[in-house]
Amino acid sequence: MEKIKSLADLKKKQKALKAKIDLRERANDPESHVQVKVSMSTCGIASGAKHTMDVLIEEFQQRQIDAIVTQTGCMGYCFAEPTIEITKPGEEPIVFGYVNKEKAIEIVERYVQKGELVEGIIPKNYQSIEK
Amino acid sequence: MKNLSLHIIDIFQNSVSAKAHKIELIIVEDRINDILRISIYDDGVGMSEKVVAQVVDPFYTTRTTRKVGLGIPLFKQNAESTGGSFKIVSKEGVGTKIDAEFGHAHIDRQPFGDIAGAVVLTATSYPDVRFVYTHTVDDKTFVFDTQEVYELLEGISVQSPEVVLMLKEFIENNLDEINN
Repeated sequence: MEKIKSLADLKKKQKALKAKIDLRERANDPESHVQVKVSMSTCGIASGAKHTMDVLIEEFQQRQIDAIVTQTGCMGYCFAEPTIEITKPGEEPIVFGYVNKEKAIEIVERYVQKGELVEGIIPKNYQSIEK
Repeated sequence: MKNLSLHIIDIFQNSVSAKAHKIELIIVEDRINDILRISIYDDGVGMSEKVVAQVVDPFYTTRTTRKVGLGIPLFKQNAESTGGSFKIVSKEGVGTKIDAEFGHAHIDRQPFGDIAGAVVLTATSYPDVRFVYTHTVDDKTFVFDTQEVYELLEGISVQSPEVVLMLKEFIENNLDEINN
């Protein structure tokens, strides 16, 4: 493949990508993308959050999953960094701790794709049953 | 922090928290004079003189989730351990300027790490903030301005994994160019 080096190369690639992304979005509900937030403050970065974010982006791209991976500040679980919060369309957000490369791949494969719950959930937003 | 790119992400987060609209990263590698300078300028809310004096103290933080703030102190320590210097200037309502100078060839100077990734991952996380990244190696310069690039990419979300990877590759290729 040609190297992308100039702004003109970027523009050329944009056209190809647009067609691909539009096609994928038409096949799915527009609101159907998975949202992932990676906690990126000093504690997270020092624990490898950047690597986790790189892995997540690559996995979503390779598996052709509609997802947006962004950074966020410290969620307050410094002991469990890197932490990520995943919101699947129409579902409650779930926070996972100690997300290294292997864990990130496991989460994408089992939680995002198959809908199974995997170990490592930080019970942040549990609700109690009111009596 | 294992490398300089991680410090850069860390400082970017500070600028984003300070509600910056524009964040500049200026890296200058002057190999002839053995200087590496990393500057990060933002137009965020800024800090009072009193706060500026406190940020290099590891036990100061604006955060409410914990009691330590190590980002700035670690960056400062790493710059100073290479015979360099660290300066932070801020004005309320104007913004903050950080200049860290390193001995380029010093044995304790951390490697760059993935600077392209640091810029792209942060910029695409906050698409409303304009990031301008300028990297100079001796007499060659590369400029990456999100405003210019996003205009070209109109019509597709800059947060799509494909776009993030493409922008990263774009910067990497240009950095290779100025390093040769």
